Formats: sequence, C-alpha cells, structure tokens
Amino acid sequence: MKGITRISLLSVSLVTGLSGFSAKANTPRAEAQAAPAMVAVKIDNFSFGPQSISISAGTKVTWTNRDDIPHTVVSTEGVFKSHVLDTDESFSFTFDKPGTYPYFCSVHPKMTGQVVVK
Amino acid sequence: MISKKKSDLLLVDHNHDGVDRRGFLKCMAWAGTGALCVMQGGVLKSFSLSRPSEIDPAAAAGELRFVQISDSHMGFNKPANPDVTATLKVAVDKIRALPSVPEFLLHTGDISHLSKPEEFDAVDQILKDTGKEVFYVPGEHDVVNDDGQQFRDRYGKGSPGAGWRSFDKSGVHFIGLVNVMNLKAGGLGTLGAEQLKWLEKDLQSHSKSTPIVVFAHIPLWSVYPEWGWGTDDAAQALSYLKGFGSVTVLNGHIHQIMQKVEGNITFHTAASTAFPQPAPGTADSPGPMKVPAEQLRKVLGITDVQFVRGKDALAVVDSNLA
Repeated sequence: MKGITRISLLSVSLVTGLSGFSAKANTPRAEAQAAPAMVAVKIDNFSFGPQSISISAGTKVTWTNRDDIPHTVVSTEGVFKSHVLDTDESFSFTFDKPGTYPYFCSVHPKMTGQVVVK
Repeated sequence: MISKKKSDLLLVDHNHDGVDRRGFLKCMAWAGTGALCVMQGGVLKSFSLSRPSEIDPAAAAGELRFVQISDSHMGFNKPANPDVTATLKVAVDKIRALPSVPEFLLHTGDISHLSKPEEFDAVDQILKDTGKEVFYVPGEHDVVNDDGQQFRDRYGKGSPGAGWRSFDKSGVHFIGLVNVMNLKAGGLGTLGAEQLKWLEKDLQSHSKSTPIVVFAHIPLWSVYPEWGWGTDDAAQALSYLKGFGSVTVLNGHIHQIMQKVEGNITFHTAASTAFPQPAPGTADSPGPMKVPAEQLRKVLGITDVQFVRGKDALAVVDSNLA
C-alpha cells in the first residue's frame, strides 16, 4: 500500500511537473489562440451580416445562408468564389494574406460585403 | 355591373368603356388583384378572368397570339410555395383552356431555382403539355455555377452569345435578350457591349413599321434599383428602338405585374408561376412573399399576348392562376 501511495504521489508530481512545463511552453501559442481562428458571416434578408469584418491573417471565414433564397459569395478580384448556396448551406475561405477583399452575391449583385485582413 | 363576389377580384368592369391610356395605367394598379386590362391601339378594355365566357371572342381574336410565363423557379420549396410544380401545372391548364389557342410560349427566365439539370428537365416536361414551342431567356437563377453553359446548350443553340437571339412570327419581330450574365458588384442587370452591338445590327434590317417584341428577364426600365430591379445599359438598347411604331418589352424577375408606357414602348412585367414578391419598397428585401395559402394562386399568373395587325400596340392580358 505504501509502495503504491509513493508511486501515486510520484505520478501526480510528475504529471504536475509536466503540466507546469507544458503550460509554460504553451504560453506564447495560447496568446495567439486568444484571437478567433474562425469568423462567421450570416447571409439573410438579401444582405451579409456583418457587412464588413476585420480579421487577422490565417483566419477562416464561414458564410452561412439563412435566407429562403439562394445566394453566392464571390470576390470582386477573383480571389474566392462559392457555388450557389441554398438555405443552410455554407462556404468557407481562409484568408492568409493581409488586404481588403470586397465581395458580392453574383445572383443579387446589390448584396455586397468586405473582409479586411490585417 | 360591379361584381362584389369574394372570389371575383375584378373591381369594376370596363367593357365597352373605351378608357384611354390614363385609365390603362390606373387599371394596371389593380392587375395584382386579378383585373385584366387589354390595350388595343390605345383603347383600353378590361375583362374578368373569373368569367372567361364573358370575354368577347371578336376581341380575343387576332393574327398572332402568344403567352408569356415567367419565374417558374423549379426546385424552390420554401413556405412561400412548397409546390412550384403544381402551380406551374395550373398555369399550363390555364394556357390550354384559353379561348383562342396561342401559337407559342415565351418564358422570361428563372426557369430553374438552382440551375440544376433536373429542374430544367422538369419544366421542359411540364410545358410539353401545352404542345407549343417555348422560347426562353435566362434568369440569374439559370446561370449559377456554370456561367450559363447549361442554358446555352439547352435553349440558346444558334445564339452568337450567351443565348440572345431573334426570330419572326407573322410579321412580328421577337428579340430575346440576356441581361443576367457578368453581373457586377453593386450593379443591376446588364446587356454588355457585344449584345448591344448585335441588337443594333439586328434592328437595322427591319422597317420601322415592323412590330417589335423584346423579352428579357430583368426589367429594362428602372422599376426599383435599390433591389436590383433595372438594367444598367438598357437605355442604349432602347435608343435603338426609337422610331419603331410598336414596341413591347416583356420582362420577369420581379414576380408581380407592372406596366409602363414611355413614348412608343410599352413595358410589361409578368407575375411568377412560383411565388409573389413584395411591391417596391414595401419590405426589407425582395424575397419570396408569403401570402395565405388560399390567396397564393391569385398572385401567380400567365400573360396572354395578342397582336392585331393595323393596331399600334400589342394587347397584353394577364390572368391569375385562381
């Protein structure tokens, strides 16, 4: 019993030690992960919401169509282009390069939005 | 006699009134409720479609008669109309029941809802029951995903471009235009330089006394730009039509009946056979408008167009599906 206890204590301290070690090692990464890696844009009522978003490079943006009419997400500069999205369908794109990316719905071109990547 | 029956949506019967153009536009305000206005050489007559037997056969006769349908949106299945197949079939039944048989059909676009092959197939099958040739122009829903390739293959053979074309029937010159390709962000419908050049050339070989019918999906006049209800470069197209004695422009896209007379041109938009949309500015957006189920068929429709030689303008009669 004593032997087991000693081993248990040893395991606990080892685990604690390891956790402590890994926590220290993870700190820089933890700070980077504080910023969301995924942003959602809702398509509804013939509009993109939010109409303009600001994100960090490397963030993935997911557009989901909640309207009862199909829409598309098309970059005006040809950077990305979704297939037609029926209700509840989604399209995602990860923005790696900083810049401003205006886009629109190619079916209803009055619907416009933009993604600003820092 | 003024009918007050609940099922009869015609408010006042103008038969034999000889109402002039001002009356015509006033009557058009009732078109959404089912009143029919027939213009023949500037003289307006209206008839109730709920009493088709009262339509004078002489007034219904002519040298050319065709039907316009629009916005079938095959594949749409949301609450505004869970069964667009059924309402399209009702439209076909109405066409077959018309007092004078139309020669052919024009479909002013949004044939399908998502440009799927099975959606196009379904519409082809259903319209086959009319036994008539159908001429199509695409709506923006017909050219998604493939830049209009399917539309061109199915309905645009022989077109020099995205599917625009012209043909003649009984001395009337028909021009189908495509204004849903290459739409620009923040823009409206667009015809493009290549098509405009073709149109100008096409019209040059016709005398000014030739009646012209132009059909395209998005309205060629500014119905409501905020909702994309207009065409960026239509003015140039319309300038080529100056001087022609009789010009009728038939459009779809807005899922409601509207008419406008401007100089020598009469513009007419058709109701959808699938679902209605709100009147300009009366809602946040131009999405499918839900109406009580029993009223749905009253706001969907077909357009019956009549050409009578010697008259200045085509007579355009809208009927609802109820």
